[in-house]
Amino acid sequence: MDVRRGQRTVIDPKVRQVGFVPAGATRPPARSHSVPTDACSSSPPAPELPLSGSSLSPVMIPPPRHSSADGLPSLSRSAASPVPIPASPLRRDTVQIPIGSYNPSESVLGSSPMISPSSRLDAVSEFSDEVPTSAWLGRSGSGKFASSFPSSSGEMMTMKITGGGSGGGGNTPKSSLTTASVVKALPGVSEKDRGALIEVQNEGISKPQKQKTSKAERRAIQEAQRAAKAAAKEAGDQFVLCEAVKPSASSGGALPASKQGKVVKPSSQKKDGPQVTAPVVPSEKKVGDRIPDKDRKKDVPHPRMQFDDKHRVEKAKRRAVVNQSEARNRVELFRHLPQYIHGTQLPDLESKFFQLDPMHPSVYKVGLQYLSGVISGGNARCIAMLLAFQEAIKDYSTPPEKALVRDLTAKISSYVSFLIECRPLSISMGNAIKFLKNRIAKLPHTLSESEAKSSLQSDIDRFINEKIVIADKVIVGHAVTKIRDGDILLTYGSSSVVEMILLYAHELGKQFRVVLVDSRPKLEGQALLHRLVAKGLNCTYTHINAISYVMQEVTRVFLGASSVLSNGTVYSRVGTACVAMVANAFQIPVLICCEAYKFHERVQLDSICSNELGDPDVISKVAGRNDLNHLESWADNENLQLLNLIYDATPSDYVSMIITDYGMIPPTSVPVIVREYRREHLWI
Amino acid sequence: MPDVQALVNDFVLKLKRRKIEGSHASAQHTAELLRSVISHQRMPYTNQAGALIDAVKAVGEQLIAANPVELAVGNIVRRVLHIIREEDLSSTATAIEGLGLSAGSDDDDEGQHEDRPALSAAALAAAARSTLRAPSLQTLLEDIPDSAAAPQPPSSGGDSEGKSKSADKNIRSRKLKHDVIEAINELIQDIDTCHEQISEQAVEHIHQNEVILTLGRSRTVKEFLCAAKEKNRSFRVFVAEGAPRYQGHVLAKELVSKGIQTTVITDSAVFAMISRVNMVIVGAHAIMANGGVIAPVGINMVALAAQRHAVPFVVVAGSHKLCPLYPHNPEVLLNDLKCPSDLLDFGEFSDCMDFGSHGGSPLLHVVNPAFDYVPPKLVSLFITDTGGHNPSYMYRLIADYYSADDLVVKRRSTS
Repeated sequence: MDVRRGQRTVIDPKVRQVGFVPAGATRPPARSHSVPTDACSSSPPAPELPLSGSSLSPVMIPPPRHSSADGLPSLSRSAASPVPIPASPLRRDTVQIPIGSYNPSESVLGSSPMISPSSRLDAVSEFSDEVPTSAWLGRSGSGKFASSFPSSSGEMMTMKITGGGSGGGGNTPKSSLTTASVVKALPGVSEKDRGALIEVQNEGISKPQKQKTSKAERRAIQEAQRAAKAAAKEAGDQFVLCEAVKPSASSGGALPASKQGKVVKPSSQKKDGPQVTAPVVPSEKKVGDRIPDKDRKKDVPHPRMQFDDKHRVEKAKRRAVVNQSEARNRVELFRHLPQYIHGTQLPDLESKFFQLDPMHPSVYKVGLQYLSGVISGGNARCIAMLLAFQEAIKDYSTPPEKALVRDLTAKISSYVSFLIECRPLSISMGNAIKFLKNRIAKLPHTLSESEAKSSLQSDIDRFINEKIVIADKVIVGHAVTKIRDGDILLTYGSSSVVEMILLYAHELGKQFRVVLVDSRPKLEGQALLHRLVAKGLNCTYTHINAISYVMQEVTRVFLGASSVLSNGTVYSRVGTACVAMVANAFQIPVLICCEAYKFHERVQLDSICSNELGDPDVISKVAGRNDLNHLESWADNENLQLLNLIYDATPSDYVSMIITDYGMIPPTSVPVIVREYRREHLWI
Repeated sequence: MPDVQALVNDFVLKLKRRKIEGSHASAQHTAELLRSVISHQRMPYTNQAGALIDAVKAVGEQLIAANPVELAVGNIVRRVLHIIREEDLSSTATAIEGLGLSAGSDDDDEGQHEDRPALSAAALAAAARSTLRAPSLQTLLEDIPDSAAAPQPPSSGGDSEGKSKSADKNIRSRKLKHDVIEAINELIQDIDTCHEQISEQAVEHIHQNEVILTLGRSRTVKEFLCAAKEKNRSFRVFVAEGAPRYQGHVLAKELVSKGIQTTVITDSAVFAMISRVNMVIVGAHAIMANGGVIAPVGINMVALAAQRHAVPFVVVAGSHKLCPLYPHNPEVLLNDLKCPSDLLDFGEFSDCMDFGSHGGSPLLHVVNPAFDYVPPKLVSLFITDTGGHNPSYMYRLIADYYSADDLVVKRRSTS
């Protein structure tokens, strides 16, 4: 077995290459090398990681792989480096588990509840890249863990009995036993503590999801559980009970809030209820098959609010801080998106500045800046939000009789909903919020309030630094290798990363020309044009309509992205799809530059189902063209609608390459990055 | 004819300064100008058609040179030339027929002798006309002397006819001119009414609850949509505004006033919206002989998006926009670069446009083309005043309107 393990580690780095990296890539070495180490040393992850989730920490992507994938001292490694050092026994546990779990019946294993999620994660994803383990990653993992883990010792016993009883499922008991031992080996943290912690975490993370399951549904399940309890008592059959353990875990996953004691019973119910007739052993198999599906279902990003759902809109309105009034002529096709009158709320909100008690002023400020459009652009918005949260955390004090973890999470949630009212969140911001909430939920209880706060603040700093600042530098380093002398580069709109790339290439002395394509109504390209020309770059400026004309001479297209979705769709400023399409028609490579924290597991086929609508009135007015006032008096006509889309979705077949901080990848590899990345950032 | 020359110069100046916008207006103006040129043309005793053709070519050359991108001008010049040739042919035919008949009445023997060539001449004229019209299977079968007719230049017919019958040449010369002017009047009327003829077909193409996308403004498109609306079709129109002219706003206003559900979108949102669109209807600046379209800037992008989503891309255009030329590198050669101030304010970037700043060449270029070229493979259908056509049929349609001799409008220096 050890031999096997050895082989694995040898093979792994080659198998797990993420993207490809030019061998002799000239990248800005000083920057990218020095900063991550700084970040790593400045932030104090080392002491707290083992505490927070002793065995959880090794989840970090194994260092050798990533360094090989990136050719750089990768961010993940810097974060992970402290981990292997401290606890050797733990390390060994994590080594053991994969052996048990590394076998074909992955799904059955995946369902085995007793494995601590971290080690499972490590094991599964480390060894079987191709097996869809997504069910185990992320929230669901923790959720399930929460419900199943803090079981009493009696349950442990039943587990053991299961192992003996059902001889057929040899794999399962084995792994569960190993994990059980791992659990027991955990030092320091008391069982109870853990339970609480995990439960909280669970709540914090999966709250937005859980809202989805209706109250009635939950009640029904609880009722069923109760009935099951009674049934189980009556039956009193030990064997059945034992059999029930496993399904219990699965159902527990769906019901994370259920009490620990219950864990055993609902499952038996589950069996009794829906599939009474099914014989015991096959049922187990079935359950094993079904569980991953369930988990996966939970894994799916929960649906966004649909604004054509009147009931929910009403509900949301009652809570709202910002008084948004609906636009007069809403576009029928976009009923599901908020269509508000823009520009009316600002004065109102400004006047409320001193009355809004629960809102932290810095958050409020950022919200107003979103609303007025002072801050725009994925990275800028994300950084502004995180800094505001940092401020808010700094000034935060836990109210009496409340736990910091819970209260702060609630607080952040309220901030977030305020920000959403100001402007719908970008996907990158969603990811950042997820990260922050995770960090809060995973705060060890041993920390004092001030320690917790400072650790959160440093976490935010680290996120900004690693995921945005350094990631950009890495992207610049990669992208510059794709610029040759004599190139004519086309870019669209105003992307901060692309701007950095162009400026850096210019600094390196590369001779190239930039074609800047812009579009109404924001005309963001003009600001970029100013900056580029001021730096001495040779620029050609045009509007998106002339794209077919200018594309003939272009050699490469560099585009930024608001998000990259896991089907390879690039979600970006409206017009990006047009540019990519025309470039594709002219057979010119399209390079998307996007930090990996903007990747999302959501999928999207068109630009209609989810989008953001801007102020429609800017469509009818053309800045600097006073003669164009044809639509002025017509805005009230019910037949006329003005549509100001903000984003569009570029199909992946228009994209030649996505440049991320993990290297340069084809759009088909986005789901891999999403999976890898999510895991990393959950357990950072 | 000094007044005519003044008119021509005035029009040339307008074309040069791009004062006349749109192919419809320039086509109409050109036709009117040519009509006055012809009516003022002094007719010689011999070779009247040749004289007319020369005069029209002389003017046409100037007009085309004044704005080579405005293809409608050249189209109309060619149409007028074609009209002259046709009228000449038909008058020749009738003349020869009359000659033959009169000869027959004079002397039976000679009549017998001359009847054949006379009749054959008439047949030739008819055949020649039909060759201009359509070399269809029918004409090929009917007329064996077709090949013989082709080399015979129409002016020679006029020549011989002029020589043979000098008595009533005055009447006939006036008749030729009169016929030509009549025909040109018809042409002008055609140009005027082409919208109606096109929009008559609207109900055949727009069904209930259709979602239509268009870019910029074209009068033909507007009439087309309004005609469908008048027939009580209810449909929805997305109008891309068509920067930098933003004519889409005007179109939107016009459509809204007719009660059509209209949504104005930015040009950049075309790709996002096209997946929900049933049909793209756009106007054109010119249709080339290969079926390619010269259209307002941005349409190629729309056509590509439509192709991606398999949305029919329909071009509506009057027949005066049919250009008998095959395009070569039309994106550049048949394009107009407009003033950069449409895109950027001069004041803002005046420092960047300084020619002295960077080794003599400015750092900043602004590209503002007026037209896009849509290759024929992206076009699903042309709707002209003669009905719907495939892009591959355009060359054939063009043969109806133009004679092959006029493709290059250049005066023969020797004649």
